Amino acid sequence: MGKKLLLANDHIPGIQSYQVYRQHGGYASVEKALKTMKPEDVLEEVKKSGLRGRGGAGFPTGMKWSFLAKPEGVPRYLVCNADESEPGTFKDRYLMSRIPHILVEGMITSSYALGAHTSYIYIRGEYYYVAQILERAISEAYANGWLGKNIQGSGYDLDLYVQVGGGAYICGEETALLESLEGKRGNPRIKPPFPAIAGLYGCPTVVNNVETISAVVPIVNGGGDAYAAIGVGKSTGTKLISASGHINKPGVYEIEMGISVEDFIYSDEYCGGIINGKKLKAVVAGGSSVPVLPADLIITTAAGEKRLMTYESLADGGFATGTMLGSGGFIVMDEDTSIVENLHTFARFYHHESCGQCSPCREGTGWMEKIIHKILDGHGTLEDVDLLWEIQKKIEGNTICPLGDAAAWPVASAIRHFRAEFEEYVKNSSQIKKIRHYDLINH
Amino acid sequence: MSTSKEIKFSNEALELVAKMISRYPEGKQKSALLPVLHLAQAEFDGWLSPEVMDYVAELLSIQPIEVYEVASFYSMFNLKPVGKCLLEVCRTSSCWLRGANEIVEHIEKKLGIKEGETTPDGMFTLKTVECLGSCGTAPMMMCGAQFHENLTFQKVDSILDQLKSEGKRKTYLDDVTVNHY
Repeated sequence: MGKKLLLANDHIPGIQSYQVYRQHGGYASVEKALKTMKPEDVLEEVKKSGLRGRGGAGFPTGMKWSFLAKPEGVPRYLVCNADESEPGTFKDRYLMSRIPHILVEGMITSSYALGAHTSYIYIRGEYYYVAQILERAISEAYANGWLGKNIQGSGYDLDLYVQVGGGAYICGEETALLESLEGKRGNPRIKPPFPAIAGLYGCPTVVNNVETISAVVPIVNGGGDAYAAIGVGKSTGTKLISASGHINKPGVYEIEMGISVEDFIYSDEYCGGIINGKKLKAVVAGGSSVPVLPADLIITTAAGEKRLMTYESLADGGFATGTMLGSGGFIVMDEDTSIVENLHTFARFYHHESCGQCSPCREGTGWMEKIIHKILDGHGTLEDVDLLWEIQKKIEGNTICPLGDAAAWPVASAIRHFRAEFEEYVKNSSQIKKIRHYDLINH
Repeated sequence: MSTSKEIKFSNEALELVAKMISRYPEGKQKSALLPVLHLAQAEFDGWLSPEVMDYVAELLSIQPIEVYEVASFYSMFNLKPVGKCLLEVCRTSSCWLRGANEIVEHIEKKLGIKEGETTPDGMFTLKTVECLGSCGTAPMMMCGAQFHENLTFQKVDSILDQLKSEGKRKTYLDDVTVNHY
């Protein structure tokens, strides 16, 4: 069994409540930070830990914190990104609803380090019931002196609020999230300025993912060095992986970075293998935005090395033969899966979620969805596959925010690794049309 | 509550609005727009009519257009009337892999409506949505605040029967504690 830092206590009955959470060592990081550490000491531990943003980008958290501007007399904000919407990702929902106090605790310790006196947790609207769980945890924290004025007699003040969204994937992009928190449409801002300089209400702001902020708790408790001792190279600590698709044991797993992908898929401790003993066809390893890889390339790299669950190993080979750890949304597809049809669900998703600001994304995502639909329906041509390739290339890198890239990469990787399958749909179009029409008659 | 009556929040709801506004710095009351719209939708028949949106604008001292542009951007806000139970079935990748399309077809057959339609009795509206973060418990649908997960045809049947016999409007603000996680 690997070491667990976030989910160590998730099996304990009543861990949702303050009392049980506290009995199991809860809020120790706040005590330690407020009583024995200066804010910059907390930052130092986070830097030492090597923690990287767990929302998908993997940017070093300590570095992000150190960019925060600190002008005199201007409030600073910490905003937690709980807008988890990347298809295949459900770890934050699991963590927040199972152990809500770990996020509240992480918010207090992190806010102290950043010198924030008001902090927000922005949660996607569809998780309304989770917001209510968090609200309950926050009132318990207030009642026990962990929030409000003069926390535990330290002289430090903090107010923490939950804000619900309205259903928009784009609000997971940090500047769109801030716009939404200001009561506007979730249109990403042009950067620079980055939120660290001008974020919420134009004030210096740090935006961090739920898992990132929660990881600050074990980092402060055990020290940054102990956290960094887990994992491989620059992939330190543990990572929550959301496993779904054609596996025997879907769910959220906390892994030590560095276990092999093969173990993760086939061992009984994790996914427990493919349903009905079928063969593995492909994996989307880090949420819908990252490149899909065929079975051989996800198990071993192009160079023939075992692929590991780390930022670096999953990215080995670049986009030609590799992928990304992303948010840890691990979607497994068995041998009977149509890559084209799965891609259609992604293309529809990005088309639906494009905010509409940038033409390449607004128009391109719609075109891609339509062309894939056309191919699926038996009306595609070989030129359509090339056209699809051209469109994704023209979206990538040409938009204000990364949603354009996120829409392009699944299309590019599906064509790169499974072009023959697209061509099958084109070549057998009359057959496909017959099946479709037969379906229609029987509908 | 019917929208033909005067549009006004209950005193309880108004207190909640004041509490929401107090969470933001002075002059930044617009930040409360999304939470207040959720509250308005729950209070006024599950959708946001132009009159309701104007009322929200007045409450927050902002222009009506600032409310319209936000309400039309986010997918959880209904700008047309919906049934008492809005069934939101996810069909993105992981749900599709585990049979979401078949679940949609099954509901269509059972209720005699197509996606996007409402049953004649005004009880159910069927909507397909994008990933709701329930991929490990796919296929799933949401009704109000409740996630219904690991769906089978049988499970769908009993959920629909249950909802119908309750006959209550479901909202995102319902207090639910029995979700899977």
